[in-house]
Amino acid sequence: MKKSVFFGTLTAAGLVAGFAAAGTLDDVKARGELNCGVNTGLVGFAAPDANGNWSGFDVAICKAVAAAVLGDPNKVKYVPTSGQTRFTALASGEVDVLARNSTWTFLRDNDLKLDFVGVNYYDGQGFMVPKALGVSSAKELDGATICIQTGTTTELNLADFFKANNMTYQPIAIDSNAEGEQQYLAGACDAYTTDASGLAATRAAFASPGDHIILPEIISKEPLGPAVRHGDNQWGDIVRWTLNALIAAEEYGVTSANLEELSKGSANPEIDRLLGTAGDLGPMLGLDNLWAKRAIAAGGNYGEIFAATIGESTPIALARGLNAQWTQGGLLYTPPFR
Amino acid sequence: MSEHHSAAYVRSAMLPEQAPPVSEIGVIRWLRENLFSGPLNTFLTLAGSFILYFLVKEYYPWLRHSVWHAGSVGECRDIVTATWGEGATGACWAIIRDRWNMFMFGFYPREHYWRPTLALGLLIFAAAPVLFAESRSIRMVVLGIVAAFLLVAFPGLGVGAAANLMLAAALAAMLVVAWSRPWGLLWLTGIYPGLAVWMLWGGSVWGPVLAMSGFVLGWAAWLATRRFGTILSVGAAVLVPVAWWLFGVEQVLPLFDAVLPYSIDAVRSEKFGGFVLALTIGVAGIVLSLPIGVVLALARRSDMLLVKALAVGFIEFIRGVPLISLLFVASLLLNYFLPPGTNFDIILRVIIMVTLFAAAYIAEVVRGGLAALPRGQFEAADSLGLDYWKAQRLIVLPQALKISIPGIVSTFIGMFKDTTLVVFVGLLDPLKGITDSVRASFEWKGAYWEPYIFVGCIFFIFNFSMSRYSMYLERRLKRDHR
Repeated sequence: MKKSVFFGTLTAAGLVAGFAAAGTLDDVKARGELNCGVNTGLVGFAAPDANGNWSGFDVAICKAVAAAVLGDPNKVKYVPTSGQTRFTALASGEVDVLARNSTWTFLRDNDLKLDFVGVNYYDGQGFMVPKALGVSSAKELDGATICIQTGTTTELNLADFFKANNMTYQPIAIDSNAEGEQQYLAGACDAYTTDASGLAATRAAFASPGDHIILPEIISKEPLGPAVRHGDNQWGDIVRWTLNALIAAEEYGVTSANLEELSKGSANPEIDRLLGTAGDLGPMLGLDNLWAKRAIAAGGNYGEIFAATIGESTPIALARGLNAQWTQGGLLYTPPFR
Repeated sequence: MSEHHSAAYVRSAMLPEQAPPVSEIGVIRWLRENLFSGPLNTFLTLAGSFILYFLVKEYYPWLRHSVWHAGSVGECRDIVTATWGEGATGACWAIIRDRWNMFMFGFYPREHYWRPTLALGLLIFAAAPVLFAESRSIRMVVLGIVAAFLLVAFPGLGVGAAANLMLAAALAAMLVVAWSRPWGLLWLTGIYPGLAVWMLWGGSVWGPVLAMSGFVLGWAAWLATRRFGTILSVGAAVLVPVAWWLFGVEQVLPLFDAVLPYSIDAVRSEKFGGFVLALTIGVAGIVLSLPIGVVLALARRSDMLLVKALAVGFIEFIRGVPLISLLFVASLLLNYFLPPGTNFDIILRVIIMVTLFAAAYIAEVVRGGLAALPRGQFEAADSLGLDYWKAQRLIVLPQALKISIPGIVSTFIGMFKDTTLVVFVGLLDPLKGITDSVRASFEWKGAYWEPYIFVGCIFFIFNFSMSRYSMYLERRLKRDHR
């Protein structure tokens, strides 16, 4: 979502160190702990409870990777990163993997020299307006004042959208989601725009959610995914295939409930290879054969994680939508495990 | 008997005393003189009271409808609606109640909450010989309050009765010492830095002990080389401890751990947060920046070109860049320069940067104090035959520092507030870091003002205390105009 040119430059400047730090897997194993960059706090995606135990949709990725590599989903050191420091923290080696609702873009992948290993949440930018405004489409927002987080991709998307539709708007700059909510509720702006998942979470926390509607238009693509440093392909593969294992597990019907049973052997050879009962996929990653089984055991498959953290039974109540399996009309499509 | 006073215009009897006119007494006089003494003041008074009325009208109901017991923001809203009717708004202080520990201690392990609390209490005891040396009554009142606070707080933090009894005995003994002699607790002042580090971070007791012993080594080196001249002995007093910290401690530490192992649970830096973090950084910054600032101020006024140039360069550079950029350098850029795998504690890095930043400002404040001293004072010191250091120590600095007190304390207060900037390097400061974390849980999403107001109040208490202490110090040191 956010991008800062200054820190992008810093990140690029630190490229040398990025190459020097190849061998992340060995570092992590020697340390006995995974350093995972997370959001300082985003409802449903990453939040610490009163005892400092982190949970959330992004945090589940950290746990799965730690379980696959170190055998224990709790061997994670969570490093809260702000929108400004997240990419530099990754490039400088302070974190091994960044699981912080970051949009996969061309510039970040190539200019900042990060490697996005996949997409764990397909998001898109939307608008929320008070019902009293009488607006039912984003195309009717001509001349509106809009609360927008500065220095983010959402800001650029907004400008593009209004320009393309030949409309004008007045931006109200805000710094954080909490401030945005406050400004929006105080009536400082007609509409609030950010990623649709954020809008849903924000609206759900209002005193009277029914007085506000989220407009149907989604004006941008925001594929959010975990990122690793460029140049360490083995480590990138581990994180990529850990994510793929979680998605594949849902596709094949492997859940935390039937995991033990299926790992004794199943009718589906792909499940056998995934869970290490057949073949030797793990050693090709530099791990043992049970890596994916441990990753799935950490928090369940992708669908279970989704349901537990941001799904329809939680207060955030996000529908699967684009994030359903390809067999269900969504975009989740993992390459085969063979 | 007053014939010659017969003229009609001459009063023949004394008039009784009359009450002063209504406009010259009591409330009315006060109002007239203070609030309505002219058109401008009348206007300002009316405008001010209108604003005040508006603020109270707007926010008093919100405060009056405060909710203290609830499990989430939604529950708070339900309670307010149920009690005060539809459409009423109310403050939801339940968020503070629920996450009090997070605001105070961050993610510090719950069973060890007593450690930072004790460290803070002992800080006051350790500071007493320096801060409250002159007045026994003030000293005893302050220390008594701290001791009572610790004894009341400890059972709530899960400390057992036996341990609490031992603490009570130790505190009572220290109170007796503080009562009998102003400098009685100076030993505590000496060991406090090591003690505080050990309490906060835990681990082997020998780490802090060996680190502190570096100062003893430096002192010994100074004594041993004193007869070879000032420059040599000062050099030895600096180099020996530095060499000890860099190379010696690492070698000797395993030996001590093997022979006499004693350690408490280690707490890692990322567990620090909230006011534990703010106070750790703030206190360390204050204690370290004052001596460095004084040395920098002296260096800037030095006749030695190199020393002066270095001091000017350092001060102007640090004052010329924002604190945030220094913090970013500490947290992110340093990783590129240090050899891979180096584990340089993030809090230590931040403390170093904050200290350097504050020291540059202190240096300029103290330089102002030095410049305000009459030239005669320096000449008097020279005429007494004192060398440079003695002149500074006995004559110049005591007066210069006294003049600088308001500026120094202002710098300290500013620095303490600036500790909240560490949120930008991923540490959980109480104002934004902890608040954002708390709001990221679904229960408390939507509570906006309450955490800010709460944290603001706590900061006010600390900063107002510092400010009052500096005023007390100024009064106590007021030697002129007698």
